[in-house]
Amino acid sequence: MTGTVSRLTWDIPGDLHQLFGFHFMVNAFRAGTVVAIVAGAVGWFMVLRRASFVGHTLAVVSFPGAAGAIWLGISVTAGYFAASIAAALVIAMVPPSRTGGSTSGEAAVIGTVQAFALACGVLFVSLYSGILDSVTGLLFGTFLGISDQQVVTLLIVGAAVLVALAAMARPLFFASVDPDVASARRVPVRLLSTLYLVLLGCTAAEVSQITGALLVFALLVMPAAAAQQVTARPGWSFLLTITLALAVTWLALGAAYFFTYPVGFYVTSFGFGAYALAAAGRAIGGWTGSRASADMTPLVAVDG
Amino acid sequence: MVDAAVRLGGRVIWSEATLEVAPGEFVAILGPNGAGKSVLVKALLGALPLAAGRAVVLGRPPGEAGGDIGYLPQRRNFDPGLRVRGVDIVRLGSDGDRWGVPIPGGHRLFENRREQRHLVDEVIELVGATAYASRPIGEVSGGEQQRLLIAQALVRRPQLLLLDEPLDSLDLPNQSSVAALISRLCRERGVTVMIVAHDANPILSYLDRVVYLARGRAVSGTPAEVITSATLTSLYGTPIEVLSASDGRLVVVGEPEAPAHHTDRHAGHAGHDPGSAR
Repeated sequence: MTGTVSRLTWDIPGDLHQLFGFHFMVNAFRAGTVVAIVAGAVGWFMVLRRASFVGHTLAVVSFPGAAGAIWLGISVTAGYFAASIAAALVIAMVPPSRTGGSTSGEAAVIGTVQAFALACGVLFVSLYSGILDSVTGLLFGTFLGISDQQVVTLLIVGAAVLVALAAMARPLFFASVDPDVASARRVPVRLLSTLYLVLLGCTAAEVSQITGALLVFALLVMPAAAAQQVTARPGWSFLLTITLALAVTWLALGAAYFFTYPVGFYVTSFGFGAYALAAAGRAIGGWTGSRASADMTPLVAVDG
Repeated sequence: MVDAAVRLGGRVIWSEATLEVAPGEFVAILGPNGAGKSVLVKALLGALPLAAGRAVVLGRPPGEAGGDIGYLPQRRNFDPGLRVRGVDIVRLGSDGDRWGVPIPGGHRLFENRREQRHLVDEVIELVGATAYASRPIGEVSGGEQQRLLIAQALVRRPQLLLLDEPLDSLDLPNQSSVAALISRLCRERGVTVMIVAHDANPILSYLDRVVYLARGRAVSGTPAEVITSATLTSLYGTPIEVLSASDGRLVVVGEPEAPAHHTDRHAGHAGHDPGSAR
């Protein structure tokens, strides 16, 4: 991965040193690294479980959380996490469908929660009557002014999420692809689904702090979707997901530093590029495992 | 299983069911849609409690024989976009309920992981799925998926296989080849097989015993006892003929899954008497 970043120096020689001369950029990279790893890992399961809509809702919910926290004058980070985890628990209470995927009823509940959350966010923002800039940051991401304290919080929550995910990885995988047989084997499918939603809530809250509430898919969906296009081997696609998430985040932070457009745009664009390349590579290279994994090399290189 | 009954949502699905299955037998659970065939399988798995009577599965109460039972639920289709290989699905049948993450490359370090890998390859070969086991499960055909799922149910070397409609939505050649495969497993490996079907014909020639569920009752016996025009006609309440083909095979004609008599699964649950649905 160091290779990918140093490739950037080839584009803008010597500027990397300048980049890391600023403490806020160092913090942005620290936070971005934590968020990319966690988002990649949790997002891989989200794509597998076809739970993207839920993930998006949990992220959107973090917007009123953060806006409400600003309005009340409490910690914005706490606002992000509290709102997303609360929403995860609400969604977990919806009875699961018998067929596995989201039913229209489930989707309707989730959509209702999402719309209400956005409306609350708008209300909190107008109650606070703050500067419009902060709204853009909450919705579309910012990497400025990430404090040391925030980095530590992201790190602790991220580590906790990863440990929990590792502990339940295999049964969660089983329950995600084959819930009927899993429950016959005494895998607690319902409990796992609730736990996973809480982890997804934590992750959505973390990602929102970098990409903004509306662009979380850049890190939650795109790397995982791209990696699962490239290979059907679970282990490989999981590692590739995290690699892609890191590459996308580091490149986006670098790009956002040198070119003044929002970081959310860059994260999303690089993620989209990776997915488009993976889909194209799969279409051209055929579906066999060996051919598909050969596509990995050009994919990452072109991205850098 | 003695005098067993299952109640769902306040309705008795079936009652006074008494049946005994000997080790190594090939048993079919037949009956019209909504008669409670899947319910019987779930009761044997311990997923549904018995409202009356008692059941013993492999010498234990239902639900406690977990690893010794291979279970194939009613037809599930994998999403065509699911990018997980067939071999991974089979492997989940072996260790999917263990917590934690498998260590990458663990099969080179640990004897039990090597053994597991070997076992997975063996059952895949047994069902004849080696050629497509490393393709994403969503991309293989329905018959190929069904073979992989049977491999998944077999991977723990179960003593009892509970297969819920394994032939459903397969075309005719696949129906007969999968039926032959299941029968071969039963004979060669001594696995007891209980197979749910609403169409008896593809498996009729392999059966040792038949359990017929209809109108809230269960009748069990040898195929010769149960698969007769008189018994079936009274069970279904609609004329059914059992014909003998030239080579001695039996063929059941006019079964209720013919479109004219097709009772919807939910209608079957609601109006339990098949007569009321027609």
